[in-house]
Amino acid sequence: MAMVYSEKVKDHFINPRNVGEIENADGVGEVGNASCGDIMKVYLQIEDGVIADVKFKTFGCASAIATSSMATELIKGRAVEEALTLTNKAVAEALDGLPPVKMHCSVLAEEAVKTAIKDYYDRAGIAYDPALFADLERGGHAHDHGDLVEE
Amino acid sequence: MRAYLDNAATTRLSDAAREAMLPYFDGIYGNPSSLHDEGQRAGAALQNARERIAAAIHADPGEIYFTSGGTESNNMAICSAANCSAARRPAPAPERRKRHIISSAIEHHAVLHPLEALQKEGFEITLLPVEPETGLVKPADLEAALREDTALVTIMTANNEVGTIQPIAALGELCRARGVVFHSDAVQAVGHIPVDVRAMNVDMLSLSAHKFHGPKGVGALYCRRGAPLCPLLLGGAQERSRRAGTENIPGIMGMAAALEESAAELAEVSLRLTGFRDEMIDQFLRLPRTHLNGDRLQRLPGNASLCFEGLEGEALLLLLDAKGIAASSGSACTSGSLEPSHVLLALGRPHEVAHGSLRLSLSRYTTREEIDLALEAVPQTVEYLRSISPVWDRLRRG
Repeated sequence: MAMVYSEKVKDHFINPRNVGEIENADGVGEVGNASCGDIMKVYLQIEDGVIADVKFKTFGCASAIATSSMATELIKGRAVEEALTLTNKAVAEALDGLPPVKMHCSVLAEEAVKTAIKDYYDRAGIAYDPALFADLERGGHAHDHGDLVEE
Repeated sequence: MRAYLDNAATTRLSDAAREAMLPYFDGIYGNPSSLHDEGQRAGAALQNARERIAAAIHADPGEIYFTSGGTESNNMAICSAANCSAARRPAPAPERRKRHIISSAIEHHAVLHPLEALQKEGFEITLLPVEPETGLVKPADLEAALREDTALVTIMTANNEVGTIQPIAALGELCRARGVVFHSDAVQAVGHIPVDVRAMNVDMLSLSAHKFHGPKGVGALYCRRGAPLCPLLLGGAQERSRRAGTENIPGIMGMAAALEESAAELAEVSLRLTGFRDEMIDQFLRLPRTHLNGDRLQRLPGNASLCFEGLEGEALLLLLDAKGIAASSGSACTSGSLEPSHVLLALGRPHEVAHGSLRLSLSRYTTREEIDLALEAVPQTVEYLRSISPVWDRLRRG
């Protein structure tokens, strides 16, 4: 392999947590682009402002699956407002780091969570500051794959 | 148990090749350029290896130039045709130099990157398209692309990713009729299918030892007598002044032994691997939305390359690795670039399909047990990754 994954990335890739769908989810967010090789879809079940359950489905490489898994672990059981503070760096750090070319996967995971929360706010008619989701409005995730590595 | 099914990347050294190398590390370790007995014994070994390698591809010993491997051989062939066609005596005037090179869209980077470098120096490069799905180059396309100022045509004998075997003899005939130098990168072919440089109408042909159970770091360029050959490396009179540097005698001896052994077993091995290959291809094609990459018949005996829609190849590769299978993929995530394999794209695969590719490549050491493991693990893993893929959900719903 041209890159080395941490043990945590391998663990979350081979045994991903929270895989699946939630029927009648309160919020759903899908980000990414199949032609770029990664799409993440996050389902939220909210009870009393808390993320009672979260599931994901991901089309993508090992780190896309691992970051989806870790992001869902980090927000499960948290207040929705707290989940909104999730950053891609936090996801990457919780996985003991990602190779530079894979950092965009953590960006995608953060955006998938935020898109699902925005969907929840929209459906529930909860008012919010649009600035919270300004980054998502650019359409598609920032496709920064970092430094390229030649094999 | 591990199943090593990535033999197109590299192969294990054969026992015969290792045995052939051992005397030349600390026994017969002289420099072939030296006049003393130690040097002359090494020189005799070198000549012996040259004759055996030449015989295996139906060349003359004087037409074999030892190199560090396929990449160097390809670079040497391309640069020679580009420079020497202009340096022939009498040297043509600068404005009459041939500045056009033809190749194909599915060549290895060891061909495409030197061509890109030449393009920056002012060469015009025509990359022939290949047939969708099969990856075959059409001789008619080559005929139409040949020009008065074409200095070189370089088309690979067999593709490393999808296994397609090109109609080299027909392509070579067109080049010969027009007096254009024809090179073929046969790195994936030598030792796996019959390679006869005369029958193939090639002027130059690259081969690499570690693709046929020889050691890494050694290869050869066949260059037909009379075809232009310029050195890339200067600094000595080795290889008739075409390739400076003390010869890698242990490596060359290993390559000769490995090639002879592969050639001797080729017919039997080819039959067995074709059976394994087709069994895997047939089994995997039973999965929905699964595509064979490359031609079904004009195909290396040991290559099974497929695209599975709705999943990404690196994830497939790493899950298979965890289950004991070493394979390869042309997904962007395994290439270290943003783009999936240029070969799969040239075959007409859309980006999202090309991301889901898997290549299993066999060798004569491949066992029934390894194939059985792949037959079981690949469909299982494909189905699992599809079960967690939102793209697959959409494809399934149509």
